[in-house]
Amino acid sequence: MSEISQSPPMSRREWLMSDRPQSRLQARLGRAYMTWRRFSANRLAVAGLGIILLLILVAIFADVLAAHSPVIGNLAGARLLPPGSEGYLLGTDDQGRDILSRLLYGSRLTLLVIVLVAIIAAPIGLLVGAVSGYAGGWVDAVLMRITDIFLAFPKLVLALAFVAAMGPGIQNAIIAIAITSWPPYARIARAETLTVRNSDYIAAVRLMGASPFRIVLRHVMPMCVSSLIVRVTLDMAGIILTAAGLGFLGLGAQPPLPEWGAMIAAGRRFILDQWWVATMPGIAILVVSLGFNLLGDGLRDALDPRESGQ
Amino acid sequence: MTLPETTQLAGRRRARANGWAGNALRFLVIIVTTYLGLLAVTFFIGRVIPIDPVLAILGDRAPAHVVERTRELLGFNKPLYQQFYIYVRDALTGNFGTSVLTTNPVMTDIRRVFPATLELATFGTIIGSLIGVPLGVLAAVKRGSIADQIVRVIGLVGYSVPIFWLALLSLLLFYARLKWVAFPGRIDIVYEYSFTPVTGLYLIDSAWQGQWDVFRDVFRHIILPASLLGYFSLAYISRMTRSFMLNELAQEYIVAARAKGLSESRIIWAHALRNAAVPLVTVIALSYAGLLEGSVLTETVFAWPGLGLYITNSLQNADMNAVLGGTIVIGSVFIAINILSDLLYRTLDPRTRAR
Repeated sequence: MSEISQSPPMSRREWLMSDRPQSRLQARLGRAYMTWRRFSANRLAVAGLGIILLLILVAIFADVLAAHSPVIGNLAGARLLPPGSEGYLLGTDDQGRDILSRLLYGSRLTLLVIVLVAIIAAPIGLLVGAVSGYAGGWVDAVLMRITDIFLAFPKLVLALAFVAAMGPGIQNAIIAIAITSWPPYARIARAETLTVRNSDYIAAVRLMGASPFRIVLRHVMPMCVSSLIVRVTLDMAGIILTAAGLGFLGLGAQPPLPEWGAMIAAGRRFILDQWWVATMPGIAILVVSLGFNLLGDGLRDALDPRESGQ
Repeated sequence: MTLPETTQLAGRRRARANGWAGNALRFLVIIVTTYLGLLAVTFFIGRVIPIDPVLAILGDRAPAHVVERTRELLGFNKPLYQQFYIYVRDALTGNFGTSVLTTNPVMTDIRRVFPATLELATFGTIIGSLIGVPLGVLAAVKRGSIADQIVRVIGLVGYSVPIFWLALLSLLLFYARLKWVAFPGRIDIVYEYSFTPVTGLYLIDSAWQGQWDVFRDVFRHIILPASLLGYFSLAYISRMTRSFMLNELAQEYIVAARAKGLSESRIIWAHALRNAAVPLVTVIALSYAGLLEGSVLTETVFAWPGLGLYITNSLQNADMNAVLGGTIVIGSVFIAINILSDLLYRTLDPRTRAR
């Protein structure tokens, strides 16, 4: 121990890059730093991260940023104004509502959908996959068969059928999307579990008398999280597109909620003469899902160098 | 609207291959359980989730004896497992009940609209493969170059763009402004009565009958929605092609071919692509299945009278029989394509033959 205190003071970077970390905290921070270095070397990935951070900020400060009400418009004086009109940067829709304000508020719905879907679907997949991989045998066979069955389904059509039965609305859309998006997570969690289940530390924990329940929950599931995060991020774009598709068909968020897909559907009637009503929400969807795809690609490369080895 | 990722699923099954009979049995179990699972889910959606299907049909003011009678007539008084048995039996014989909207049996409706979707998705896949594969090869060969970056961006945008929105904008440009394409539907009303389709695939029918003016009109209708679906599958196909090609180009037989003095184009197209083609077949098959699903939104925009439009129309009218029937048909095609692509892979790749 005395050697350490005598060694010359290290720069913060050296401390982080040290291959002999002195504490758990240093090891963790060091690893995070390496990951960040790999991640930030990829300019597109950083751009994706920027888009997502912007989305979160916009969602938080929507009421400050929006100049107009997202729901109540100026029917008398501001119907279907083109972009660049006085006070209406992106124009107005058929009810005289400011499209920019609606987009800003709509970011909250987008964020709500992806966060809730992730909170519902990822733990289900994680639990199914970890249990399946750790238990093995017939439990594994049955759980994986169920997962495969769900994987073989067309996601959007199944979500459509769910929403049709449960009734349109944003909650039901979220549930339907979550129900159809957990199987890939289960597969990933199972694959990760299989790689750690026979490792020494699991044997050590078992020797100390930990129950299978505790092993799966405390020692197996945390190992699956990083590859799961990558996968969930990559799926976010698909989730946004599915939610927007449901909204476009009138099965997602109901009017007057400023959901981007529903806004496109509303603007569809005027597409020939007032193109901006349908165009602007589409750009918002494209930018956000592009952001998630870029971020997911970057995360995959940074967290899992093997995958991106090519 | 994501594309299925059953290639890894296929890989897992392949790893456990032992013997011909074992394979056949395994396939049978997979087909049967997957199909039963599909039916179980749609049964659950249709019978368990809604408050009461009888009330949904009769409304809440029907007298009690009518409700009771309807319940018996539809078999809802039986225990759930018996209902499920009847449901499976009916579904296997193609009986999905009657559509409230069209008053036809759902299967009759589906048989009428399915060729439209089939033609659209097939044309889309052809476009996507013809453009996507060369793009992917180009990106792999010129790895890290500007061309690679451009292909990557094209693919990423394809993954990120809402297809119904792109459809609307392209209609605005190519139909309303440039007047290059025809809209809406599959065929102009002028030909609606003079042209009698045989297979339901209008391009093939009109060419077969030598009605080239009809063919031109049909082509003008299909080209835009098919291109959009093609773009959607191109994103997936070009990305996978690139990764398969990179894999092959790093192999030693490529070095050997170079050492022999073969031309670079021959190495790329005849040697590397030939080997990359095996997994590529699976990818194209899966993207075809993805297009059948992607057509739901596209058909809505283009008023394309296919299965997707049928499902969404039924949805809007709370016609659950039609919705679930359509779901089962799309699901069955999905399952069939998954299994076929798996079989195809085994046939094409000698390494996976269990001998």
